[in-house]
This record gives sequence, C-alpha cells and structure tokens, in this order.
Amino acid sequence: MSENISFEKVTTEYYDVLKELGNIGAGNATTALAQMLQCKVDMKVPQVRLLDFKDVGEAMGGEEQMVVGIYLAVEGDITGSIMFILEHDAGKTLVSKLMGMPPAEGAFSEIEISAMKEIGNIITGAYLNSLAQMTNLKMLPSVPDLNIDMLNAILSVPAIEFGIVGDKILLIQTAFTDDVDLNGYFILMPDLQSYSKMLGALGLSI
Amino acid sequence: MANIVKVGMADLNVCKSPDGITTLGLGSCVGICIRDPIAKVGGMAHAMLPDSTQIANNSNRAKFADTGIDDLVKKIIALGGVKSRFEAKIAGGAQMFTFQNKSDMVRVGERNVQASKKKLKELGIPLRAEDTGLNYGRTIIYYPEDGRLVIRAAGKPEKTI
Repeated sequence: MSENISFEKVTTEYYDVLKELGNIGAGNATTALAQMLQCKVDMKVPQVRLLDFKDVGEAMGGEEQMVVGIYLAVEGDITGSIMFILEHDAGKTLVSKLMGMPPAEGAFSEIEISAMKEIGNIITGAYLNSLAQMTNLKMLPSVPDLNIDMLNAILSVPAIEFGIVGDKILLIQTAFTDDVDLNGYFILMPDLQSYSKMLGALGLSI
Repeated sequence: MANIVKVGMADLNVCKSPDGITTLGLGSCVGICIRDPIAKVGGMAHAMLPDSTQIANNSNRAKFADTGIDDLVKKIIALGGVKSRFEAKIAGGAQMFTFQNKSDMVRVGERNVQASKKKLKELGIPLRAEDTGLNYGRTIIYYPEDGRLVIRAAGKPEKTI
C-alpha cells in the first residue's frame, strides 16, 4: 500500500479532474433517470467538496436526517466501492414517479424499496459507465445494497473507507431538478492503487 | 440547566454532571462512554476504526478505538476523574450494508466493538452495558451523573441502558 498518497494532498488540478468526472458522471446519471421516468430531468452543476469527518453530516443537511443509501462494490481494472445518497423524501418522489403513483406518506414499503434499488442501480451504473469510458478502464458494479437510516450512520461506511487513508471525505453533490429539487450525493471510494490508475488514465499523477 | 456536549465522527470530548454528552447517527463506528461515578465526570469517544497500529495515517488519535480510549481516559482524569473508579458503556458497531467486501472493511463494526472491549479490559475499566451490532444507526446520549446511556434509532422506541 502506498502510504504517501492522501486526500490531504489534493492539488487544484486533481480537484478539477474529480469535479469534471463528477459532472460528466452525474450528467449521464441524469439522462438515464430521465429515460427511466420518461420525463424531463435537469441537473445543476455538481459541487465537489472535501470535508472533515466531523463536519460532513451537518454540511449535508443534518446528522440525523433520514436518507436512502445505495452501496455497490466495483471490480475490474478499478476496485473499490461507490455510494449514492438521496434524501428520504427525494427517494419517495422518484419511486412514486417510477411507479406512476402519488407519493405515499411514511416509511418505504417493500415494493418501494425494490423500485428504489432499481433507481440506484441505473443511476450508479450510468455514473460508472461514463467514468469507464473516459478512463478506458473496466469497471463492473455489483448488485446494489440499500439501507434507509440516519445520514451519519449511512455515511459511516464510506467515512471508514476514507478513514483508512486520511481524515477527510470527498463528496460529489448533485441536485436533480424536476418539479421539485432532488438532492443526491455520490461518494466514490476507489482503492488507493485504483486512484492512481484512474488519474493516470486521465494523464495525471499524484 | 444542563448542557449536552456534542461529539463528531472521529472525535472525543468530556463533560461534568449535570451535563450530558452525545453523538448523532452512529453506524459502523463505535461510541465509547466512560465515567467516574463518584466525581461524576465522564466523556465519549466516537471511533471509526479498531486499531491505530494497522493504519499508516494515524495522526488523528480519536479515529481509532485503541488510541481514542487512551486519550478519553486522560481527559477524564484531567477533569478530576480517578481511573480506578472508571466504568464504561459502549454502543454502535452496526453492519449497515450486508456486503462490505473489501478486506479492511469486513465486519468493521464488529471489529470496532471487539477492539473497544479489549482496550477497556487492558485498562481494567469494567463494561457495564452495551447495545451493539445489528444493522441500524443509533444516536446516543450519556449522562456521567448516573451513567445512563439513552439510545435512539429510527422507527424504534427509545431505550436506556
């Protein structure tokens, strides 16, 4: 394991690349979402932020707010994992659109959970596809796993993965706009070796 | 009026009775609560990883169960606690997703709990109660006054251990 690579050493250039990756990935994800829902979905320019563990919950809207977390492993030329986090109500809205029903109150039902998994699958799949095309690296996603819980509890999983290499977490925030604003967050967690591979494929080194 | 001190992820802090101390939304991380029941001082650590010796980047001591507990004990002593009287409670260490397939991540919640227990045992601090494992997040509030640990989880009744 290369000990010297750390997210603290993020250069402006590196940051811009990640932002661009975030932008294109989220753009693809938005297109996929619009096709699935058969309606127009707009996207705001994503924000890429590097945050301290203790601040990330608050920066995302409160440690205890309920969110949907979709988590997948990635294999192939790149290994690691990816997480997509969506606010609880935004998740409910998307599911109701997919199922062609008015949004139901309260907790997710079994069928809503499987619809949400499908949405997560398509969004993260589109995201990974665009990364794979840009870098010419193979990225194979696993079946997604989903949990609905307090933001910080969901975040603990990627935070722990980032914790192995540093003290910050890299967050790509994407707002999808439909009739309502839907806030989503992508968190990419390539293994250390994969990070250098990915940036190398883009002509950068860290 | 009692205050509630907040502890973030990979963070630790201490307080004096009647104040309480809290951390919000523990997932796979573990919350370690220690107090001196006579001096009524105590504190909480929110550790993310079990073992600082396994990780190259270990400058943030509160991030790990082992060094986090060491530092928490020192801070409670500095606030007037006597180590021989210390007692502990722990919570958290959930497995939030069914697969966490990377070698470093395998059962990290469970390993966080085990590492915390091992460290407490080494220091001779008795573990009075725990609420650990399973697959959901927990918000916890600890009161050094009487050692109460209040646990809140989404869609579940509040409980005190």
